[in-house]
Amino acid sequence: MSPRALKALVPSQTAPSQIRNFCIIAHIDHGKSTLADRMLQLTGIVSDRDMRAQYLDRMDIERERGITIKSQAVRLPWEFEGVTYAMNMIDTPGHVDFNYEVSRSLAACEGAVLLVDAAQGIEAQTLANLYLAMENDLQIIPVLNKIDLPAAQPEKYAEELASLIGGNPEDCLRVSGKTGVGVAELLDKIVGTVPAPVGDANAPARAMIFDSVYDSYRGVVTYVRMIDGTLHPREQIQMMSTKAVHELLEIGVIAPEPESTQGLSVGEVGYLITGVKDVRQSKVGDTVTTKLKPATEALKGYSEPKPMVFSGIYPIDGSDYPNLREALDKLRLSDASLVYEPETSAALGFGFRCGFLGLLHLEIITERLEREFNLSLIATSPSVVYKVTVDDGSQHIVTNPSEYPEGKIREVQEPMVKATILSPKDYVGTIMELCQTKRGNMIDMQYLGEDRVQLRYKLPLAEIVFDFFDQLKSKTQGYASLDYEEDGYAEGDLVKVDLLLQGEKVDAFSSIVHKDKAYAHGTRIAAKLRELIPRQQFEVPIQAAVGARIIARETIRAIRKDVLAKCYGGDISRKRKLLEKQKEGKKRMKMVGRVEVPQEAFISALSTEEPKTDKKK
Amino acid sequence: MPLGLSWPGDNQLKLTPNLSATFHAYVHIPFCAVRCGYCDFNTYTSKELRGVSQAEFHIPLIQEVNLSKKLLAQWEIPARKLTTIFFGGGTPSMFEASQISQILDSLSEYFGFTDGIEITLEANPEGLDHLKLEELKAAGVNRISLGVQSFDQKVLDVLDRIHSKDKVIAAVKQARELGLRVSVDLIYGAPGETLESWKRTLEQAIELGVEHVSAYSLIIEEGTAIARKIARGELAEVDEDLNADKYLLTEELLGKAGLKNYEVSNWGNPSLHNQAYWQSQDWWGYGPGAHGHISGARFWNQKHPATYTAALEKGSPAAGFEYLDERTQLEERLLLMLRTSQGVPRSLFRELGVPTELVANAIASGLLELAANDQIKATLSGRLLVDGLVLDFLSKSQA
Repeated sequence: MSPRALKALVPSQTAPSQIRNFCIIAHIDHGKSTLADRMLQLTGIVSDRDMRAQYLDRMDIERERGITIKSQAVRLPWEFEGVTYAMNMIDTPGHVDFNYEVSRSLAACEGAVLLVDAAQGIEAQTLANLYLAMENDLQIIPVLNKIDLPAAQPEKYAEELASLIGGNPEDCLRVSGKTGVGVAELLDKIVGTVPAPVGDANAPARAMIFDSVYDSYRGVVTYVRMIDGTLHPREQIQMMSTKAVHELLEIGVIAPEPESTQGLSVGEVGYLITGVKDVRQSKVGDTVTTKLKPATEALKGYSEPKPMVFSGIYPIDGSDYPNLREALDKLRLSDASLVYEPETSAALGFGFRCGFLGLLHLEIITERLEREFNLSLIATSPSVVYKVTVDDGSQHIVTNPSEYPEGKIREVQEPMVKATILSPKDYVGTIMELCQTKRGNMIDMQYLGEDRVQLRYKLPLAEIVFDFFDQLKSKTQGYASLDYEEDGYAEGDLVKVDLLLQGEKVDAFSSIVHKDKAYAHGTRIAAKLRELIPRQQFEVPIQAAVGARIIARETIRAIRKDVLAKCYGGDISRKRKLLEKQKEGKKRMKMVGRVEVPQEAFISALSTEEPKTDKKK
Repeated sequence: MPLGLSWPGDNQLKLTPNLSATFHAYVHIPFCAVRCGYCDFNTYTSKELRGVSQAEFHIPLIQEVNLSKKLLAQWEIPARKLTTIFFGGGTPSMFEASQISQILDSLSEYFGFTDGIEITLEANPEGLDHLKLEELKAAGVNRISLGVQSFDQKVLDVLDRIHSKDKVIAAVKQARELGLRVSVDLIYGAPGETLESWKRTLEQAIELGVEHVSAYSLIIEEGTAIARKIARGELAEVDEDLNADKYLLTEELLGKAGLKNYEVSNWGNPSLHNQAYWQSQDWWGYGPGAHGHISGARFWNQKHPATYTAALEKGSPAAGFEYLDERTQLEERLLLMLRTSQGVPRSLFRELGVPTELVANAIASGLLELAANDQIKATLSGRLLVDGLVLDFLSKSQA
């Protein structure tokens, strides 16, 4: 393939009328990265020889999980009707946990490609992002992807898209990111319909930060969209939220490798490097201006990231604590939304209470800690933030069940969410049942097209942080999709359930649950622990308690025989290999008092999956 | 086969001879009339032999004896006489006595025998009659290890064993009359076996008046017929708690009968050959899949009789080997010797860096005890948990 535009426009000297800024909104797996790959190839900025799948996704985890965590902006040259344009494609994260980042990426664009899998139709998260795009007044270009699939039903879903955003089903482009069909037409359509950026070239510089990433060689790389004025290398720039001043060491565009330029002007998208080492110095949503000629008014829409879910993270080997601290410090450089503070658990020793944007964020961070820093970790069951008022009227903020105040409680407030669930209509009954058991209240229900339904529920956040999504998926054969947004606090009839091993309270297993579910919860968790904890050389009683009242008990009987019968010539090396394997297994065990508890027990004990009954103890 | 290095083409191992080690031979006879449902040993029925002749198989074994003599000299291991020889299988009693005789002759010719050499042959009761026993004795065998497994017909059926109780009694009687030492192998824990059934088996074994009993709890090995039957629910799962009771009963009854436990699964007048394994002496393993250990190196042969024979023709039947470093040798010593009534020297824990409080805890909870000559050994309850104990010690040792 050869590029259509033979000569790209020079950054900082490009007229806004020749710039198009757009993003792609898509659900995980709907093929955004593959479409982006084709655009890189078609515009010629990546040669066929250098092409690799999911070119723009940098982290291993991103590529493995197929999700884009960090957004990025690529400048693509494209010619349409004899005019050369600079197209900035801004990649947006596709997961509900990263809604704020998404909204800032959208604010950097004038148009959005709404990319929908032609075999699956639109999903709840896409709907949320579409809503955000519409709120940002973006020009929406509906596109059905994967039309090469045998199961594709472009007519059906074109109808659905048209009913959502207005317009005719025929306006919906059909492409295949895999084969490249329709991609050139899509680029033409972007040039033709997305408005050019508008800004005041002579006003004080204002650039909106829509992403910042940490690079171990360059420090923090900040992605910006110029709104007004211009920025040049070597200028003193200022962050409007913190007033911090930095020298602009480098400014440039991504095409798709970083290329430094003489600056950025109105409507352009690019990156800044100041030598700062901590991403919290350049916060998503903040406005960059110059020190010499500062803007007076920051751009709208900036807010601090707010963790929704908390979990205690502990090293299995206590001596890894300093390494864990160092690893978290390093991760924070690249993830401004990660918050943590030291915490001590009687059972697990020294660790950190970490706040996350959501469950996926938690999973990604723990996986990165284990993989990139070679740590063996225990993440305690996720918890939300409760506001507890005790009898004397004092209020306690509880992010960890072990901080739950003793004594008489006057009131407990728990965070609520508004959840949107999209599903084929056949599963409505099942979903309503699930939401009911999760203490949900229906807000409304609405048909989208003939067989798809949108259900909206108000639910306690605590009920959905654990395995709501998994259950929803399994109960609807994977058809339902979920999105949620926070929705204030509400009073809940909650109690703390403690767990005791050999009579000792294990704080890591404590949880806060609804009073009516305390008994069932205690019974289930005790049964699960009996299943998860291997038999020890002594008997281990397990008890669940609310306050001083024991509500469930189980016993792990002492192991009586643990020896292989035969150990002769050829058995010896076999036995030793087995021993080596078992030694590795021991490393995944945490000593709680005298009891060895496997790592997975800390999370799975609290999941609602039923314990197996056939296993003998 | 364990992982290891592949066998060097020039047959050269670099060894530091262990001058105090005694020298032993294990000879693997990889033939069985039928394959028992629980067995995952390296053995073959006539249908599985791929053209290997059982009647001629002593020839490659003798060829390997010849090779071993040459290689030991090449590795500069000083020549020693053999202290024990063990014919295992498979079913060595399926060999003609003349085949056994020829192998023993070659071993004697190449290495010589110490006075009082122990020569054991594993046998199934159905393959032994008076004549065979006489011939074996004449060939030099002086100890018979009889695969009895159980006296409960239901248990024998579950284990696919084909002999009858009468056959066992007759074989033991004849062997003892010929002055052979006799050991019986028993298996407990077969699906469906009750504590009562096991008690009767033990009592009848004691009545035989043998000098040695090995009692093994049945291990369900992956890929065996019995494992599939359990997976399908046709047989009950093995109950390790019940097995613990059976073990305690074994200790009680055999102890009363004057057979003293000297290793987890062995009671009576000790087998010198087995002790050689636990003491990491030097031994050569002859035959398909056999393992040898010479002065800190372990090596093993090709598994199938056909590949074994082919490899032997090309120079060596060995498939792989490993050098045991000092740490590994120490770990193996703990692993093996803690299973025995002798126990381990107290100093071994220090050499391995096992935290003293772990050992103290095990003594306090009655799993280990201090013994004479600064030894530490497992108690009866400790013996039942010795794998877990060793794992605990080694995974927490500060090496």
